[in-house]
Amino acid sequence: MKILVPISQVPDTTAKISFTDNNTKFNAAGVQFIINPYDEWYALVRALELKEAGLAEKVSVILVGKADADATIRKALALGADDSFRIDTEPTDAHFTAQQLAQFVKNNPYELIMLGKETISYNGGVTAGILAGLLDYAFISSASKLDLNGNTIIAHQDIEGGYQVVECSLPAVISANKGMAEQRIPNMKGIMAARTKPLNVIPPYPVEITTQYEQFELAPGRTACKFIDPNNIDELVNLLHTEAKVI
Amino acid sequence: MSVLVFADASQNGKVKKASLEATFFAQQIASKTNDKVVVLLYQGNDESKQKLAQAGASKIINITNNIAGITDYSVLAKLILKYIQSENVKDVILPYDIQGKAVGAYLAGLLNCGIAPGVTALLEINNDIYKFKKNVFSGKAFATLSIKGNKKVITLLPNSIQVSFNTSNTAEIQDVQDDFNAPARVILKSVEKNTQGDSIPLPEAEIVVSGGRGLKGPENWGIVEELAKVLGAATACSRPVADAHWRPHHEHVGQTGLAIRPNLYIAIGISGAIQHLAGVSGSKTIVVINTDKEAPFFKAADYGIVGDAFEVVPKLTEAIKKFKASQQH
Ligand SMILES: Cc1cc2nc3c(=O)[nH]c(=O)nc-3n(C[C@H](O)[C@H](O)[C@H](O)COP(=O)(O)OP(=O)(O)OC[C@H]3O[C@@H](n4cnc5c(N)ncnc54)[C@H](O)[C@@H]3O)c2cc1C
Ligand SMILES: Nc1ncnc2c1ncn2[C@@H]1O[C@H](COP(=O)(O)O)[C@@H](O)[C@H]1O
Repeated sequence: MKILVPISQVPDTTAKISFTDNNTKFNAAGVQFIINPYDEWYALVRALELKEAGLAEKVSVILVGKADADATIRKALALGADDSFRIDTEPTDAHFTAQQLAQFVKNNPYELIMLGKETISYNGGVTAGILAGLLDYAFISSASKLDLNGNTIIAHQDIEGGYQVVECSLPAVISANKGMAEQRIPNMKGIMAARTKPLNVIPPYPVEITTQYEQFELAPGRTACKFIDPNNIDELVNLLHTEAKVI
Repeated sequence: MSVLVFADASQNGKVKKASLEATFFAQQIASKTNDKVVVLLYQGNDESKQKLAQAGASKIINITNNIAGITDYSVLAKLILKYIQSENVKDVILPYDIQGKAVGAYLAGLLNCGIAPGVTALLEINNDIYKFKKNVFSGKAFATLSIKGNKKVITLLPNSIQVSFNTSNTAEIQDVQDDFNAPARVILKSVEKNTQGDSIPLPEAEIVVSGGRGLKGPENWGIVEELAKVLGAATACSRPVADAHWRPHHEHVGQTGLAIRPNLYIAIGISGAIQHLAGVSGSKTIVVINTDKEAPFFKAADYGIVGDAFEVVPKLTEAIKKFKASQQH
């Protein structure tokens, strides 16, 4: 059984967000990129654990993106992925990215595909579902626990106010939420090994582009905080009622 | 042609607020494209039908029976697909909640069409190109997202729009038994609820009271719960609090937890790290209670109290009680 983990790179969580080209593009200058936390901490680490437990023979990572993402891919290899693929094109939107991934999977079958729940950059949270729909694979969305029993997945799938315990046979697409695994830090041996692991660059598949981010705008900051004397709490209640109108 | 909304009321017959918002949003689109809004309702009661009509539905198809395996998102997506064909649908609108996120994406895959996820407003329609507003970078920025094609899936972030009900609006109503059958592959074994009985689920809560490491330990959460109770609020927490098992994981808000946007967010003993703010900065009003007047959260707050939570919070609870009592007269 082989596992494919699609990963994305996102600005570091503390990065300052700004835009260029008349606010049509994210300004990557000086920004540190990381593997999207859901992809790294949960999907990839859980995939590696399944392999270490002898339940999977291979873990590959794949990223749709240009060469500037190679360092991000090497980090996934350092964490323990066996090999990697980069589809050499700008990942403009989720439908586009999912189509690229679907074409790849049609040509290179994997039984289990584990994605992150969402990217912390564009916050779409849809690539996994689109990919599953394009492939007509079984889909478990936002799973906080994942086990394998032979060919059967046992997972906790989030629902409003709780979770469902579900079972499903392979092949399947899973999106990973917090709880599925614990964050790992690559060690020296992993970092050395990553240098020689395969990073296969493949040309993009010709697919349609349907959505586009056209313009960005920074969220307006809040007006200055009004401080209230802790001995005059009634004033806060009054402001919440008459000014903010929230109680 | 029509704009289709799927509304799941199977829990208790009642249509969710987020589905009414989706219907009203569908009506905003349909009125610009001269189309009509069809709602595919799953096990709704009469009151739900009336509300959906008043929110903008022209036709309501209410499935009254149980569809086998509908908890499998691919089965639900295929059910919706059947009505996309029979109702001549061009756009599908769903709430961007846990179910709508998953089903909308799967449906976009089945249709191989574009999807606009978690939009907050309609900006413009120009033939078959629609433009929406969407939050990106965890609420730090907004984007204009354009989508084209003869089929579109659009998911609406809950609490983003205000529904105005047109009480004179009525809809054609069809109650149907549907023998739809698609093989379920994700088999439901059991359901575990986090919330007890009548407590409010965090993603839907209009008021949220949240605690951080400043509360020192799980034994001190009584004051948070008391305040939440008098306000009719849900409770939340920062990530280290969930990681230390002081509070259950489903209460964790922030970049790697839930993103919420209540009307009122009260943060107690939370420093306001950027990753925490990412999940709460969409809140309409933010109140921060912290002993440290330099705590970064005050920069993102509307109202602040510099003080010890253990003194301030019980006082606030009392003041709210007094206020609520005065409102009754
Ligand atoms: C990639 C990444 C993702 C992350 N995701 C999240 C996330 O999703 N959500 C999240 O919350 N964090 C997240 N974090 C962690 C985040 O950076 C902070 O460490 C965390 O939010 C701090 O939690 P806190 O405010 O409860 O604790 P602290 O930072 O320790 O703050 C405690 C506060 O309580 C105040 N205080 C102390 N005593 C009292 C008292 N008696 N009364 C009132 N106030 C008092 C202190 O002044 C202080 O401001 C993430 C971090 C990383 C690196
Ligand atoms: N460019 C990309 N290449 C590979 N996988 C991606 C890419 N973008 C997103 N993904 C995967 O899809 C998940 C959800 O992304 P999104 O739908 O954009 O929120 C991520 O957590 C990744 O696992």
